[in-house]
Amino acid sequence: MDGIMNIVYAILVLGIMGAVFGGLLAFAAKIFHVEQDPRIEEVRAALAGANCGGCGFAGCDAYAAAVVAGEAPPNKCSPGGAATAEKVAAIMGLDAEPEVKYVAFVPCSGGTGVAKEFFDYEGPKDCVAAMRFGNKGPKQCQFSCIGLGNCVRACQFGAMHIENGVAVVDREKCVACMACYDACPKKIIRKVPYEQRVLVGCRSEDKGAQTRKICDAGCIGCMKCQKECPHEAIKVVNFVATIDYDKCTGCGHCAEVCPRHIIHPQKIYEQ
Amino acid sequence: MFDSVLTIALGAILINNFIFSQFLGCCPFLGCSTKIDTALGMGLAVTFVMGLASAICYAVNMLLIALELEYMSTLAFILVIAVLVQFVEMFLKKSVPSLYTALGIFLPLITTNCAVLGVVLLNVQNNYNFIESVVYGITGGLGFLVAIVLFASVRDRLQFADYPESFDGFPIALVTAGLLALAFMGFSGMKIG
Repeated sequence: MDGIMNIVYAILVLGIMGAVFGGLLAFAAKIFHVEQDPRIEEVRAALAGANCGGCGFAGCDAYAAAVVAGEAPPNKCSPGGAATAEKVAAIMGLDAEPEVKYVAFVPCSGGTGVAKEFFDYEGPKDCVAAMRFGNKGPKQCQFSCIGLGNCVRACQFGAMHIENGVAVVDREKCVACMACYDACPKKIIRKVPYEQRVLVGCRSEDKGAQTRKICDAGCIGCMKCQKECPHEAIKVVNFVATIDYDKCTGCGHCAEVCPRHIIHPQKIYEQ
Repeated sequence: MFDSVLTIALGAILINNFIFSQFLGCCPFLGCSTKIDTALGMGLAVTFVMGLASAICYAVNMLLIALELEYMSTLAFILVIAVLVQFVEMFLKKSVPSLYTALGIFLPLITTNCAVLGVVLLNVQNNYNFIESVVYGITGGLGFLVAIVLFASVRDRLQFADYPESFDGFPIALVTAGLLALAFMGFSGMKIG
């Protein structure tokens, strides 16, 4: 009988303690209540929840708060895509503008053996570390991909890999959060529309002769693509061919005439 | 009085460091130590909760002893810590929102930090009085802070270290933690008081 009383006693004491603490917490919750828009919770639930930071905010919570505060449009969640944008817009009572799907793109074709190197690099496998040598890494071109994979490690979606010394983006997996851009010490990675099939695989702003000297796959600014393009969609700016994505129809004519074979729609498109 | 407090403080920070010689709180030690900033935030939050938990659990323990229910102490302490962390979270959200956002997910995770439960149980085991308990709680937290910040700084530098690839990630972190613990063993020969 004594034993049973002991058990009852213990249960009672702990129960009372729990109730008292619970009461205190409830009371504290009232005192420390922070007025929060209930829509923040709803928007947060509608987001993809990858916390990738692709929207430009610290995380999904921060983005949800910004949307409700009216500081951010509802269509910035890349992993969630159009479906999420619609849901968020519905909560906020806005019209969802269909967002163009973007992907990251590494505009460099200077793989191993194609781009000339200053020296054999045998240091840590890290682009930032390699950049410490001559401020551009082992490859002579200062616009080239170093190829030691800082972007690959930064990618949370497994959408990047190194192919022959140059980073390549898997367009199907990429959500354009641009974490790779932040990780890239040379900042050469660009955001391009997913639909864009023709891309220039070089960003070298060196003059033609210089580019020719240091890379077998660099844009030398010969203007051939600019002259041949039937839609006036490609122009050479700063000694590098640049495509106007609004005008480009993806006919691929520039790719055929490019003497350096760096505008190569299939190669980029296949993957 | 002052002597015993000083002994407890130095002991908790260096000689009997919670992580390096008692192996308590290893989860956040490994989980939140990739950046120095977050390590610092985590350490401060843990110090705060440990100090407060020591104080309140001292009172709760007195109550349990009076009711002859000492065997319930673990359960009661867990209850107190859970409530405390919840309370701290609410308090920070209202009063110091900037710190609340900086700590983020780590704040609720302190509930399951075994260093916090460890410190209150050790207080009972060592028969500390109220002041000693609080000092032990706060300095134990400071020891945790020192350990996690040191570890985070080392891990920061490891990024450029050229270790074998198979050690990448957790293995090299554990090797580092082991070496740090070895370094802290140097204090174990010290005897105060």
